Amino acid sequence: MIAEAVLKPGGSAATALYIVAFSLFIVGVRRGTHPTTAKQGNLIAAAGMAVAVVTTLLLDGIGNWGLIAAGLGIGATIGVVASIRVQMTQMPQMVALYNGVGGGAVALIAWSEIRHGISLGETIPLATLIPVLFAAVVGSVSFWGSNIAFGKLQELIPTRPLAIPGQQVINALLLIGIVAGCVEIAANNGDPSQAIFIAILVAAAVLGNLVVLPIGGADMPVVISLLNAFTGLSAAAAGFALDNVALIVAGTLVGSSGTILTMEMATAMNRSVANVLFAGFGGVPAAGAGGSTEERPHTSIGAQDAAIKLAYADSVVIVPGYGLAVAQAQHAIKEVADELEKRGVTVSYAIHPVAGRMPGHMNVLLAEADVPYEQLKEMEEINPEMSRTDVAVVVGANDVTNPAAKNDPDSPIAGMPIIEVDEAQQVIVIKRSLSPGFAGIDNDLFYEPNTSMLFDDAKKAAADIAAEIQNL
Amino acid sequence: MTLITEITIFVLAAFVGFEVISKVPTTLHTPLMSQTNAIHGIVMLGGLIVVGYANDPLEYVIGTIAIAFGTINVVGGFMVTDRMLGMFSRKPKPKADADGKGDS
Repeated sequence: MIAEAVLKPGGSAATALYIVAFSLFIVGVRRGTHPTTAKQGNLIAAAGMAVAVVTTLLLDGIGNWGLIAAGLGIGATIGVVASIRVQMTQMPQMVALYNGVGGGAVALIAWSEIRHGISLGETIPLATLIPVLFAAVVGSVSFWGSNIAFGKLQELIPTRPLAIPGQQVINALLLIGIVAGCVEIAANNGDPSQAIFIAILVAAAVLGNLVVLPIGGADMPVVISLLNAFTGLSAAAAGFALDNVALIVAGTLVGSSGTILTMEMATAMNRSVANVLFAGFGGVPAAGAGGSTEERPHTSIGAQDAAIKLAYADSVVIVPGYGLAVAQAQHAIKEVADELEKRGVTVSYAIHPVAGRMPGHMNVLLAEADVPYEQLKEMEEINPEMSRTDVAVVVGANDVTNPAAKNDPDSPIAGMPIIEVDEAQQVIVIKRSLSPGFAGIDNDLFYEPNTSMLFDDAKKAAADIAAEIQNL
Repeated sequence: MTLITEITIFVLAAFVGFEVISKVPTTLHTPLMSQTNAIHGIVMLGGLIVVGYANDPLEYVIGTIAIAFGTINVVGGFMVTDRMLGMFSRKPKPKADADGKGDS
């Protein structure tokens, strides 16, 4: 052993330090649930992590310091650089990527652990082997699933749901194969086959790809949150295999809190988790939801008309959505708001709970563009004011403004809370086309008599409108 | 540690996790997900442990990548969460002041 050992693994001192670490995690997550303490909570959890890492480095049996230094150095450099460079609009995919590497680490640790077990030539106890297999499968699924989620959010692969023929059958067969492989290894725990283990890793990788590929980009937040919970559970499994209490507690904590968070997120989007995983949205266009495909009459206007409507209004509510995030139009929209405010127009922003690509994402984007916090209004706050609003500007939002959600009980989005822009005196919708949003249904709002459509890229349209207002 | 002790810890930790996340405002869903995401980067400890008894080139490589992956998860996760939350606390809040910012 190269290490100058200080702490005995599983000994009182090491365990006590691990208890300190996971207590800090629990306090950190608890504080993370409240806006005023969230930032502090994150730092507390990070401090807990520092305690856990230092404790582990002091354990007897830790060696190969060159490799440890290399791993820590490479990982920290990539982590720091990526976190500083990433743009606020790309946050969700960054989280997906971090989640993926976490899952990848779990799968690799499981692989290393099983090789170690085989090389010892003794029977591997099932209490170690079963968690190792679980960690390998879930870690691998999480790694690949997260990478697909990243690809979809980064638009490297199509964001629309990709239907694969016979998908459910293939997934079921893969799952059966994985379970059979695990049973085979567990039954031969005296001399487990590494080849079968690698086959399991590969099958889990394919499964991870196939499960996430058919899911539409708009549902990715729920998927990432779910994979996050899975990675937590796989980390806990690795803790069972390595007899490490810090891993067990922290992993389980993430697994259970992540599950709750996933369900809350799905509820906020008016979806069930099962629905996200097993049904592509829009697959069942309900009859009577106005699903006819013929052209319906609508009003189209240009930037100049839009500028006039806005400049002579008293109050304007901007409703930003997914399209604004994609077009990175937050700064351009802020310019429009600035021009309007110079002319004495009251401007506020209506934030739907799931606006943007993730709950809370829109707040971050607008904050980045220096939109004052007081102008951001939550849905419940703004809806009663809508009827007193002169012009509502919908920028890249669609389903969250569809009046069918409250008017048409047969609509697939019936009951989903919406921002009631149809109550405003006039509505301007900035959108590339009349195409439906992720729900795959027509938006009745576009055909209302008081709605004007401005067909353009959100960023360009906003810049044009700002310039036109200046010219008035 | 016996298996039954570990299972006890597991079950209790699961309940703590369920209890801790209660009624989260939607605005905090993404940062909180990101923070819990960083916490499961604790698997890097597993990397540190397995690399200690790695004894062939493949295991060296696997272990080192596992440590690097785990470290990216931890370092990147906490930093990105901090950046997200920084965006919120830079502006004065309507209800409560950002007291979390000053004393950290």
